[in-house]
Amino acid sequence: MKKGVLFLIALLLVTGTLWGALASIHPFGNVEKAPMDDYYIENAQQERNVNNIVTSVVFDYRAFDTIGEAAVLFTAVCSVLVVFRKGGHD
Amino acid sequence: MQPLSVIVRTICDIFAWFLAIFGAYVIIHGHLSPGGGFQGGAVVATFLALLLVAHGGKKLLAFVKPGIYSWLETTGLLVFIGTGFAGLTTVFLYNFLSGRGGLFGAVVPTGPNPGILNSSGTIALMNLAVGLEVIGGLSLIVIYMFKGIRLYEEAGSEETGHDR
Amino acid sequence: MRKQEARRPAMTGNMPFLVVGILFFLGLYAILFERNLIKIAIGITLLEASANLLLIVLGYRTGGSIPVFTLAGDVQTMTLPTPQALTLTAIVIGLATSALLLSLIMMLYKHYGTLDVREIRRLRG
Repeated sequence: MKKGVLFLIALLLVTGTLWGALASIHPFGNVEKAPMDDYYIENAQQERNVNNIVTSVVFDYRAFDTIGEAAVLFTAVCSVLVVFRKGGHD
Repeated sequence: MQPLSVIVRTICDIFAWFLAIFGAYVIIHGHLSPGGGFQGGAVVATFLALLLVAHGGKKLLAFVKPGIYSWLETTGLLVFIGTGFAGLTTVFLYNFLSGRGGLFGAVVPTGPNPGILNSSGTIALMNLAVGLEVIGGLSLIVIYMFKGIRLYEEAGSEETGHDR
Repeated sequence: MRKQEARRPAMTGNMPFLVVGILFFLGLYAILFERNLIKIAIGITLLEASANLLLIVLGYRTGGSIPVFTLAGDVQTMTLPTPQALTLTAIVIGLATSALLLSLIMMLYKHYGTLDVREIRRLRG
């Protein structure tokens, strides 16, 4: 009984704080000013000759982050292979 | 892992190749429709997981050699970095193939249009390279995590602490 | 003539933010109060899911379509493409974290023979 009441109070506090704080950044659905994304929407098809703007942002305007992400995936696969090594356990 | 019944094995033999072709479609058309390298690579990796679940572990380990997937993964990452170095005369990772008329170099009209497949320069090459890397990486994770189950036979026989 | 005070945005129109808050709280509760190691790993995955959902929800325009020009028809406004690109990277990094976490849990089970966090803290090697 006591644990259930504490759980409900904590749920209301945390969820209410996050909800109120996020709703005062901007209301859901109208972004006020986004100059970088408006530039991408208007000029990406003409400059890079591509139809999909999200792919052009991931692989052309911000390709350096994608190299970092590919390196993280490679490192994770190498780490999993190292954990399941046979022999060498002392 | 024990293999499942005859019905499941037959359906798996028919439908696993559709998964591979659909994943290749999502990778190749990355610059025309939503999708791309990472998403298509994850779809193709479920091909190996379906074979593992339906046919059992012993048959899969006889059918699959991990050397191929390791080679796929390293080739994908090297092609990605090599495409970046090829445009080094202007800047690293410059899109030097778009709009020139050669490989992947058609010009796209502005506004809504049915897509042209050989447009968008190095973006299509990078999609293929990242797709190869994700296929190799996720398949290797599935195979080696399955091989690690065999270590359980050496653990202690009594287990505690499942639920309160 | 004095202008009426600006009305505060109706709180029920911001439902996606409420869902983000609930997912965040459930993930945090699972990490702090559960005893089984696999349930703690599920809590970490829930926490990452709430962060990805927040990224996508922040970039929505009312009545907008996806930022793709292929066979688009008559398109007036488009949603912002940059948060969607950042979420792709975040999902892949979450996958790498989960894979390594589960591998380490398998190794812990092999060494200690139990999945209970309080037992593992008590045993010494």
